[in-house]
Amino acid sequence: MTHFTRRNMMVAGAAALSLPQAAVALSSASASALVDRLVADVNAVISSGKSEAGMIADFAKILDRHADVPTIARYCLGPDGRSASVAQMAAYTPAFANFIAAKYGRRFREFVGGEITVQGAKPIKSWIEVETTVLLRGRSPLQMDWHVSDRSGRHAFFNFIIEGVNMLLTERAEVGAMLDRQRGDLDKLIAEMRAA
Amino acid sequence: MIKMTCRAALSLIVLGACTPAPEGVSVHDPYEETNREAHEFNAAIGGMFGGEDNEVDDGPAIPVEITSKVVNFGDNVSLPGMVVNGILQGNIDNAFQNSARFVLNTTVGLLGFFDPATGLGLAEVETDFGETLSIWGVPEGAYLELPVLGPSTERALAGRIVDMIIDPLEFVGTKEQIEYATIGKIAGRVIKASEVGDTISGVLDDSADSYASLRLIYLQNRRFELGTTLAQDVADPYDDFYGAQ
Repeated sequence: MTHFTRRNMMVAGAAALSLPQAAVALSSASASALVDRLVADVNAVISSGKSEAGMIADFAKILDRHADVPTIARYCLGPDGRSASVAQMAAYTPAFANFIAAKYGRRFREFVGGEITVQGAKPIKSWIEVETTVLLRGRSPLQMDWHVSDRSGRHAFFNFIIEGVNMLLTERAEVGAMLDRQRGDLDKLIAEMRAA
Repeated sequence: MIKMTCRAALSLIVLGACTPAPEGVSVHDPYEETNREAHEFNAAIGGMFGGEDNEVDDGPAIPVEITSKVVNFGDNVSLPGMVVNGILQGNIDNAFQNSARFVLNTTVGLLGFFDPATGLGLAEVETDFGETLSIWGVPEGAYLELPVLGPSTERALAGRIVDMIIDPLEFVGTKEQIEYATIGKIAGRVIKASEVGDTISGVLDDSADSYASLRLIYLQNRRFELGTTLAQDVADPYDDFYGAQ
């Protein structure tokens, strides 16, 4: 059959709608739902009572599932990423994911008994900002904003901001300082991040 | 002469408009050398107070039931100063809320050791003279890291000094009351700092450049509290030249 019938198009449309994510338009509701799933996954890890290494491994999986890791990794490398070879970038991205999972995973036990609740969401530039409140034992509530985008082809968060402290900007400065310490040698930075 | 200055200022503004600042937190740190010396000193005394033992999870030595009373008391005696700042900022609502909170917690809350006000919707509206200066349009000034006191800016430091002078308790209190209030404020601040401190010092210990990390974290957080976060402090990796696209 060489021509598209209306029925065929409808079937194709229905098939597209049943695709898990890309078919659902990014909205305040879908971004909030993503943060809800993310929070549920994080809470499950915290209450699992696993060892630190186990928690870090689980956290790496959560990042994979809900975050746009390649974009975060590239952004944090900044202009230095331009001179990197394809092979270096292919090695850098998973090494960076390991570094981030270890860094934040190690802080998890400080959040035991904590609670994150979604307060609302609004569009900013090309993404959705989901505002949450983090309640920790015996501390004042913290404001934590999640930035969710569909620019990677699926819905994923690419940044979070805790009381104004922006993860992407802070980690970009950190990766820059690490690279300086390795005298600009990207391969050594990759090795350091793998060992984190 | 004035004309020339005006033209220079104008051309600066025009230039500024033509070249948008690159993404990243803007940092003005002309005193970096002395700041770094203070940072090393602070890191050394931080270690002395147990900042390095974050591998041990034996909890705080003083139970939270007691530390929370000290924090409550310290917060309560800080309220009159915050009321003055609320008025100076023209924010009568905040000044009123802090006043009502002070009256309630000082009386029903037994001199401020208890905090019934928060439960009644009268949460503390934290402010200081540094914020008043910000609202009055005074620029942030240079970044400072002070010995013992930690990260600050020129504007925030000026604010701290003025806050000590304009505190109404200093005028109405007896010598003893002022002393207790001062001790309470400092103790409350130390406890609050140690709560956040475990997380912050853990992050800083891991950092390749803990001075630069602290500077970045402080400036972003302070601007967030004052509502003065700059446009370039937002990261857009999908639009960025070196981003994913």
